[in-house]
Amino acid sequence: MDINVTLIGQMVAFALFVWFTMKFVWPPITSAMAERQQKIADGLAAADKGARDLQEAAAKAEDALKQAREEAREILAGANRQAMQILEEARTAAQSESDRIKGQAQAEIDQSIASAREALRKEVATLAISGAEKILGREIDAAAHSDIVDRLAAQI
Amino acid sequence: MASGNGEAVSSTDYVIHHLTNLKLDLATMTLDSHATGFWVLHVDSLFFALVLGGLFLWLFRKVAKSATAGVPSGMQNFVEMIVEFVDGQVKETFPGTHPLVAPLSLTIFVWVFLMNCMDLVPVDLLPTMAAGVGIDYLKVVPVADVNVTLGMALTVLLILYYFNIKFKGLGGFAKEALTHPFGPYMAPFNLLLRIVEDLAKPVSLSLRLFGNLFAGELIFILIALLFMQGWLLSALGLGLHWLWAVFHILVVTLQAFVFMVLTIVYLSLAAEHH
Repeated sequence: MDINVTLIGQMVAFALFVWFTMKFVWPPITSAMAERQQKIADGLAAADKGARDLQEAAAKAEDALKQAREEAREILAGANRQAMQILEEARTAAQSESDRIKGQAQAEIDQSIASAREALRKEVATLAISGAEKILGREIDAAAHSDIVDRLAAQI
Repeated sequence: MASGNGEAVSSTDYVIHHLTNLKLDLATMTLDSHATGFWVLHVDSLFFALVLGGLFLWLFRKVAKSATAGVPSGMQNFVEMIVEFVDGQVKETFPGTHPLVAPLSLTIFVWVFLMNCMDLVPVDLLPTMAAGVGIDYLKVVPVADVNVTLGMALTVLLILYYFNIKFKGLGGFAKEALTHPFGPYMAPFNLLLRIVEDLAKPVSLSLRLFGNLFAGELIFILIALLFMQGWLLSALGLGLHWLWAVFHILVVTLQAFVFMVLTIVYLSLAAEHH
């Protein structure tokens, strides 16, 4: 193990190699690595943001859907209410119409009954008078006794 | 065997042969593996170190040039994994930021790892191939050469001083060296302690790596010796070689990691104010 000029040669070679590495090898490699690191970080951030946006959009869509459903329900309820109202109105109208018709018919019936009763009463009065004439054997002055006859007829 | 001249080689010669560098004597500009002195270059150590370092720079530069922030391809993934691992270690330990720390750590980790991996190449493969083209000596593991590990450790030491002065100022650094840890009245002792401490750093860095890999390579060479001792020992050698290689996959990675982490720790100490 003799020390000789090889030592100097190795020192110079080593210094040159280190200089070369420092100048031409290390910076490009590390800068490429740093750049890639940045790119990956950016990509991850973008992915995160995308996921967040997606979530937001989904929530928004969900909201819109809910609102639409609400509206539909409201519209449906309104329509139902309106239908019920129309139905109610129709029923009321029909009821009143039927009442009216019924009332009219009743009135007619009442009138018919009254007139029939009147006619009957008149008939009975006539019959009573004719019966009384036969019984009395003479004619009763219809005009003079009409009040009695009428009272009689009213009692029947 | 590796000597390539067909003579029977003794075990000692075989081991020594494998541990001898291919040397270039700069005084005479001749290849002489028995040359001594300071002006001798270990051609093989430096060659493999440069080739592996070049492989590292080429591969990482290729990825760096085509690096995109998009979906990374296989090779980019692999490189980024290493870069991120080193960056994590630096961020965990080093206070503040300095553009030198992480690239330095990355260079140490990958380069030392690759040089350590030469350990796993079968010991006779490359020397035998070299012998085929007339090169008699070849030591293929650069980190089993103390010049290589000490060279790296000394460069780290220089950077440590640069950091000390940059982060504390020249005065702050001098003050720390003179007053730490025993206060201003023990200044000479403090300085002495500081010198020992600063010497210990490169020595511990380099000798740990050198020792581990040198010893590992030596064991591989010793196991390789078994292949010359008949089929029974060859079979045993095969098993041992496999075991030692598996163990060394761990050592190779661990030593590269330790060198890197200690460097970061030393740099943090240099950058921290007391």
